[in-house]
Amino acid sequence: MGARYFGAAVKRREDPRFLRGEGRFVDDVTLPGLLHAAFLRSPHAHARVAAIRTEAAAAMPGVVRIFTFSDLERWMKPLPLFGAPPPGLAAAIRFDLRQAPQYPLCRDRARHVGEIVAMVVADSRYRAEDAVERIEVDWEPLPPVVEVRAASEAGAPLLHPEWATNVAVAFTHAIGDTAAAFARAEVTLEETFTIQRYVGMPLEGRGVVAAWDRRDGSVTTWNSTQVSHFVQQGLATVLELPPHKIRVVAPDLGGGFGTKASGYAEDALIPIAARVLGRPVKWIEDRREHMVGAAHARDQVHAIALAARRDGTILAVRDRIWLDLGAYNVWGIVLPYNTVAHLIGPYRIRDLHVDVKAVVTSKTPNAPYRGAGRPEAVFAMDRAVDCLARRLGMDPADIRRRNYIRPDELPYDFGMPYRDGNPLVYDSGDFPAALEAALSAVDYDERRREQGRLRAEGVHRGIGISGYVEGTAIGPFEGATIKLDLSGRVSVATGAVNSGQGHETTFAQIAADALGVPLDWVTVVGGDTAAVPFGVGTFASRSAVTAGNSIADAASEVRSKLVRAAAALLEASPADIEIADGRAAVRGVPDSAVPLARVIQAAIPTFARPGVAAPDFEATAYHHVPTVTYASAVHVAHVEVDVGTGLVKLLRYVVAHDCGKVINPTIVEGQVHGGVAQGVGGALYEEMVYDESGQLLTGTLMDYLVPTAMELPPIETVHLEFPSPRNPLGVKGLGEGGAISPPAAIANAIDDALAPFGVCVTATPASPARLLALLDARQP
Amino acid sequence: MNRTVRLRVNGERHERLVEVRKTLADFLREDLALTGTHVGCEHGVCGACTVLLHGEPVRSCLLLAVQAEDTEITTIEGLADGEQLHPLQQAFWDHHGLQCGFCTPGILLTAKAFLEECPHPTDDEIREALSGNLCRCTGYHFIVEAIRAAAEGRR
Amino acid sequence: MKPPPFEYVDPRTVAETLERLATHGDDAKILAGGQSLLPMLNLRLARPAVIVDVNRVAGLDGLTTENGRLRVGALVRQRALERWAASHAPLLAAALRLVGHIAIRNRGTVAGSIAHADPASELPALLLCLDGVVVAESRRGRREIAAHALFEGPLVTALAADELITETRFELPHAGEGWGFHEVARRHGDFALVGVAAVIAREGGRVGRARVSVFGAGPTPLRAEAAERALLGREPTPTQVAEAAAAGAAALAPVADLHASADYRRRVARTLLGRALTDAAARSRP
Repeated sequence: MGARYFGAAVKRREDPRFLRGEGRFVDDVTLPGLLHAAFLRSPHAHARVAAIRTEAAAAMPGVVRIFTFSDLERWMKPLPLFGAPPPGLAAAIRFDLRQAPQYPLCRDRARHVGEIVAMVVADSRYRAEDAVERIEVDWEPLPPVVEVRAASEAGAPLLHPEWATNVAVAFTHAIGDTAAAFARAEVTLEETFTIQRYVGMPLEGRGVVAAWDRRDGSVTTWNSTQVSHFVQQGLATVLELPPHKIRVVAPDLGGGFGTKASGYAEDALIPIAARVLGRPVKWIEDRREHMVGAAHARDQVHAIALAARRDGTILAVRDRIWLDLGAYNVWGIVLPYNTVAHLIGPYRIRDLHVDVKAVVTSKTPNAPYRGAGRPEAVFAMDRAVDCLARRLGMDPADIRRRNYIRPDELPYDFGMPYRDGNPLVYDSGDFPAALEAALSAVDYDERRREQGRLRAEGVHRGIGISGYVEGTAIGPFEGATIKLDLSGRVSVATGAVNSGQGHETTFAQIAADALGVPLDWVTVVGGDTAAVPFGVGTFASRSAVTAGNSIADAASEVRSKLVRAAAALLEASPADIEIADGRAAVRGVPDSAVPLARVIQAAIPTFARPGVAAPDFEATAYHHVPTVTYASAVHVAHVEVDVGTGLVKLLRYVVAHDCGKVINPTIVEGQVHGGVAQGVGGALYEEMVYDESGQLLTGTLMDYLVPTAMELPPIETVHLEFPSPRNPLGVKGLGEGGAISPPAAIANAIDDALAPFGVCVTATPASPARLLALLDARQP
Repeated sequence: MNRTVRLRVNGERHERLVEVRKTLADFLREDLALTGTHVGCEHGVCGACTVLLHGEPVRSCLLLAVQAEDTEITTIEGLADGEQLHPLQQAFWDHHGLQCGFCTPGILLTAKAFLEECPHPTDDEIREALSGNLCRCTGYHFIVEAIRAAAEGRR
Repeated sequence: MKPPPFEYVDPRTVAETLERLATHGDDAKILAGGQSLLPMLNLRLARPAVIVDVNRVAGLDGLTTENGRLRVGALVRQRALERWAASHAPLLAAALRLVGHIAIRNRGTVAGSIAHADPASELPALLLCLDGVVVAESRRGRREIAAHALFEGPLVTALAADELITETRFELPHAGEGWGFHEVARRHGDFALVGVAAVIAREGGRVGRARVSVFGAGPTPLRAEAAERALLGREPTPTQVAEAAAAGAAALAPVADLHASADYRRRVARTLLGRALTDAAARSRP
């Protein structure tokens, strides 16, 4: 297999339609007789629904039907839950795990602001919203559960009384002997770090269109989801139909970032409405709904302690972790265990002890979002390491040089399971090399000299470092089906869903190389359950690895079929057939080359040639990965802090990263940039803020602060390439990485800038008000 | 309450009866089937719905359709010259200035008006002009590069 | 997020507009640039029975100066004033580029922002700093309201429901006067956490007149009279400026919100007063 396209900076094949405004997002799907849904959502954080009266609303102009739980009882099945511990993990750690069912419509109790109480279907969205305002609900408010540590205590108001606690996941995990390490430590340090609730905030909200076909009893639904096959499975349960009667199409997605990878009430409600009414129904999530109805993320508190020697060698980590899950534990052990599995990161630390409590509160449910528990772990760890360096009078770069795992120590076995239950063993990479590459890109020594000079002038600049090692591409599998048509052109279908990552380009690069055809012969179809029967979806930095290798496997099988057919046509041995650039030839006989179209057409049975061949030029492969593969990076942030206002200006941001073999360097760089931008948002700007009554105070983009082009610096990327030994293509996951380190790197840089004042940033976002309060507290 | 609105969009005349409360964004998308104008926040922050009104970028979610009476609107569908991409579209393609593509129409129209007013911008000027358009995918780095390249291409 | 139903009228003359406003009173809402009203409608936080769209009213688009007085017609867009200011009024130019974003300023009007009276926005503070006046008309007559009498509270002005601002006037800094403008916002284009506009005239090295307003630090934009007094008749030395800034900030009674505490606002008002006054002094001709 030649690598003509793999590794090349091919321009994206999906771009022209987006540039012309010809993408097809879910709101662009329209059908004859289409109706529009709007939802009545709970205005209360925690309340009982005593009665709902819909008569006045139902009489409003344009209203077709109003649905409450009791109207749809027959269709009301609990939403899908994820994240039970897999066997290898369950064997190693005892999880105290609780997950409560959530129904698409509130049955009798709302547990967060925004939970859906009733659905209006009308002839326009405007009129549906008019009717929503006329629905009357008798609410009996219940005490809200807001602060995570208070919520975990006995005596707190209960969100799911049948649990008799709000703690949904609790476990203790240890490797080595942490107590002994702390006992022999020369220095110990303990600090509490808080990483706020912030979210993916795709620019396109969620949306669902559904149509019921009474002729064959099937449902087609377009859903702005990252996981069309999961949505299909959920609907099979809800609608009591076999999966092949349910087609879920993820059209173009206006961003996902994990937010669109959960199972949501609307995924079921819109198809239910279409089924019950016999007419197509559309719901497009507006921004206000998105703020309360789409999954939130992050929101952890770490009380972390380090034990070290005076020379800076870190001996052990102890951490107590609280996660605020929001109202339902949708994702089981996924977020808490992700955090635990990534806490140590690139450091050579053999003793770890963690106590974890994941707690339900009356807030929008949390779900994995770009990084999924890793930015929190890295924030706690890398902030603690910087605090230790300061305590010891060490340079933050030197303490990392001393403690980073060296490449000759790889494969590096932690002696504990990863989240998929397999042993946590780093496969490839060079963390010290990434550190040095990032430091050299930012000219670290010069920055340090400049820092001293500028301080004398009252200018406060700082440099912050953060590194991570990320398990990417969790299994169990993804699938791909490759089909050639009469002309030799190729369709690649996969369960992976493109939400801007460039699948239509990178997957075509893999397929074109594996088949020996020009790139523009390949069409990639993602996220259509009718195109490939089994799939998982795009999240967890998994698609390049899982779908990419499936595509390579399927393509090589199709190529073998082509070789056999070409051998028959050219009357040569299959071993002598070459395929390149869409032509098959006998090796060493250039004149023998024929277009693949001829090879395929010659394999079609005719009356003249009955039964001599079969036009079978397709294959499906489901590549199974043994476990995750580890990507890694070191980020360096350079900031300037205005001590008169608390404003932080990001001057430079450098990323030195390894994502294994690079399929398309331009796309890789774009993914890094986007991740960093979201991490910068978390470091400095973004926060979902609730008041003590459980009301969301950041309900618009006026208050939830997504960074603009003015807040972000140019981002410099250094590519290190350490192929993964765990898949044939040698690739690793990439999508999330950029978002993992910025909160730690930027907070470290702020501390560094304000070192003369002794400021310690313990919480993000590092807003001007928060920084000035820290400065005030430290000033004489 | 309904009213007839007459306007030109991408050079083409249209006349439609619309409810007076309908936003221009919804009108373009639903009544004229110009779905390249995207609705991201409906409160004027994200900029995805940006169109040109007499050549100047405006939020189409913050205008009523009836207010567009007798105006000339340009949407993303009017940017290319037939098969020929506009130089900005080409530059965004060449420089990976888009990922999911949802913010792209609003950003291209903003950039078009900006380069007409400021043909030789610095990167800081580009960033300031872009600041009314949120992009959640790219971190803006390649968008700035694309706009700079388009500006350099005009010299 | 779709607007609730309303009646829509788009008068062509001031007289017709005033007639409509007189008829509908509190049930009507004037739609000019719409950059604050439309979000409120889309969020259904405003529910006027009648929208009076003044965008087609003739004669409200004048932008003229005479003897240093700038007269801005009610339909002049912020972007139009910004373009004019780029070569005529650097203080206005510096402030206007921080009002939202280009697309917002292309529609948003100068008068509309002033009538909206957000305590953290730039134009009301400029009107106050530049001894501005609004001309308000109703069927009952025409009156001029000085900036200091216009702003009564957050989003509350002395304008009656039947009144339309037809013009705003600013006393521009004249040659030799120096200006300063500083604000802190979370992101470019956001409402300020705190901001300061300052203009200083010097006579023989000493400050002859100081006009200073602070925004984002109280229920309305405020003249920093204590700061002005502290400078008057004195040389604007660093010590004197610092004293004026401290005096100006001490007189403020800001409130906390999601993005900043009251302490933060008072503290940063002092920083920004110092910076704006320093700039203004440096730019003024002794």
